[in-house]
Amino acid sequence: MLNLFLLQTLNGLQFGILLFLVAAGLTLIFGIMDLINLAHGVLYMVGAYLAATFTAYTGDFFLGLAIALPVALAFGILLERLIFQRLYERDHLDQVLATFGLILILNEGVKILWGAAPLSVPIPDMLAGSIPLIGNLRYPLFRLVIIGAGLATALGLYLLVHHTRIGMLLRAGASNGPIVSALGVDIKRLFMLVFGLGAMLAALAGALVAPILSVEPGMGDSILILTFVVIVIGGVGSIRGAFVAAILVGLVDTLGRTFGPILLRTLMDPSAASQTGRTLAPMLIYILMAAVLFLRPTGLFPARAAAR
Amino acid sequence: MKAAPARPDAPSGLARLPYAGRPGAATAAGLLFASLALFPLLAHMLGDPFLLVIATRVMIFGLAAMSLDLILGYGALVSFGHAAFIGIGAYAVAILAAHGIDELLIQALVAIAASSLFALATGAISLRTRGVYFIMITLAFGQMAYFFMVSLSAYGGDDGISLAARSTLFGSDVLENDLALFYAVFLCLALAFLGLRAVVASRFGRVLRGTRDNRTRMEAIGFAPFAYQLIAYVIAGGLAGLAGVFLANQAEFVAPAFMSWQRSGELIVMVVLGGMGTLVGPIVGSIAFLLLEDWLARFSEHWRLGLGIVLVLLALFTRGGISGLVARLTGGAPR
Repeated sequence: MLNLFLLQTLNGLQFGILLFLVAAGLTLIFGIMDLINLAHGVLYMVGAYLAATFTAYTGDFFLGLAIALPVALAFGILLERLIFQRLYERDHLDQVLATFGLILILNEGVKILWGAAPLSVPIPDMLAGSIPLIGNLRYPLFRLVIIGAGLATALGLYLLVHHTRIGMLLRAGASNGPIVSALGVDIKRLFMLVFGLGAMLAALAGALVAPILSVEPGMGDSILILTFVVIVIGGVGSIRGAFVAAILVGLVDTLGRTFGPILLRTLMDPSAASQTGRTLAPMLIYILMAAVLFLRPTGLFPARAAAR
Repeated sequence: MKAAPARPDAPSGLARLPYAGRPGAATAAGLLFASLALFPLLAHMLGDPFLLVIATRVMIFGLAAMSLDLILGYGALVSFGHAAFIGIGAYAVAILAAHGIDELLIQALVAIAASSLFALATGAISLRTRGVYFIMITLAFGQMAYFFMVSLSAYGGDDGISLAARSTLFGSDVLENDLALFYAVFLCLALAFLGLRAVVASRFGRVLRGTRDNRTRMEAIGFAPFAYQLIAYVIAGGLAGLAGVFLANQAEFVAPAFMSWQRSGELIVMVVLGGMGTLVGPIVGSIAFLLLEDWLARFSEHWRLGLGIVLVLLALFTRGGISGLVARLTGGAPR
């Protein structure tokens, strides 16, 4: 039981880290540009496809990743120039519509380019297998690497946002864009950079899960909704909030699916418990979100308490 | 005089909407409903019974889109979970039918009650939030309903559930006839239109629009917008539930996909496509959307690509959807 708990906690952590990578980019775009980007999830999908393609092409996962990330960055910047740039000043409804359209375009585009069948990416030999943790508990090495890479990215992002000049401008832009712009900062270039960075983070998440999940059209849609849940729980615009909420959502979702039915079994008969557990488990995080918003309508760590 | 202060909860595009529609709105509504009423005649003359099925579907989505527009167009509340209400209405039919209750009136009553209740509970929480948060929390509640149905294996789960037959009306199976179903939907759509028109024009509707345009001022002159918005949310949810009842009957099948977030997005598209803040607009929008879908699907299996491009272009380059476009082309004042 303890082993199962540890195992599922690690799974939850890994899932949470992944959510954070996607949510970080989205929260920057939300917080700084006040832009609702429904298409962020498809950037995650594009990242997975790019990683799959370049890995197959070069025969090496790391080389594939090294090519996929800059390509994703360039793709993000291209989208920003073509579409998003025109949306900053528009109301949320226009943003919802345009990015909803973009989802359709990219999901369908991926089907045209790569076909509708899922692609699979092999786990690199170096990272295959599992390593012993405590006692007889073993854990897949690749999943540990995902956790490590995610934590390293989170640390890097923290340093970037809180200890560099760009980070200072980002934070200033989040609290008052027009003033920062008036002080002579090229806010357009800053936005472009943030957007590219966000696209690259989403793509990194997609690339990292490519070997453990199947790469398929529409894979970005479900993670997008989860990412929204994370951002709303954490507080729009707050990287710290996104991190805490992502881990929380990852743990609640994973542990709820495993232990919900077990806990319910102490209350009701086994078949009813497993049915109820299966029904409730996918809803848990949405219940969590509703509860958080009921108590704190702007999330756990609101970046701009009074702004919205 | 100083300019009005920034209104954080009223996005600029929404605030520019007209009040109860331009002059000629009544004519447009009359024309639309007259042509809908006569449509079966046209379908009969063309000898294509499938046209009737499409038209019924269009009116069902028109009803759902119109209910969404009560909160979206008149309330500036961008709800991204509206499909959940349709799904609840549809499942009310399927679940009651599975337990031997086939009467349409009972099913419709239960459907409206259930979807209104869901709207009341989720609306009370959602309306505590503003802007982006509102969009996302309604999305989350929609997903919650979706996942609930996906995991409810007793009623089909992920695969959905087929209806053995359409609902009965006072014990007769008259709705098995596509023409009878068409007119049943038409009647509900027309009644809903008249009802919503009265709501929008009433004092209640004026407070709702006032809140859309400037919440701060409404509060300053002593209104509590929350109650008004919540009631509008509940009305919209109940009407969408009714649309779900007909959707289940028309398709004779109910699935969680009815309540997916993409479906909610499509409803928003219908409203914006036809023109927000009018009651005819959403019906026109659902006609345009479903015909566009049908038309694009003829060219390629990748028709969603075309739909996506149309949406991006519409969002970037038009204001006020088709009715705005028509107004501009005919030289009417741009809104």
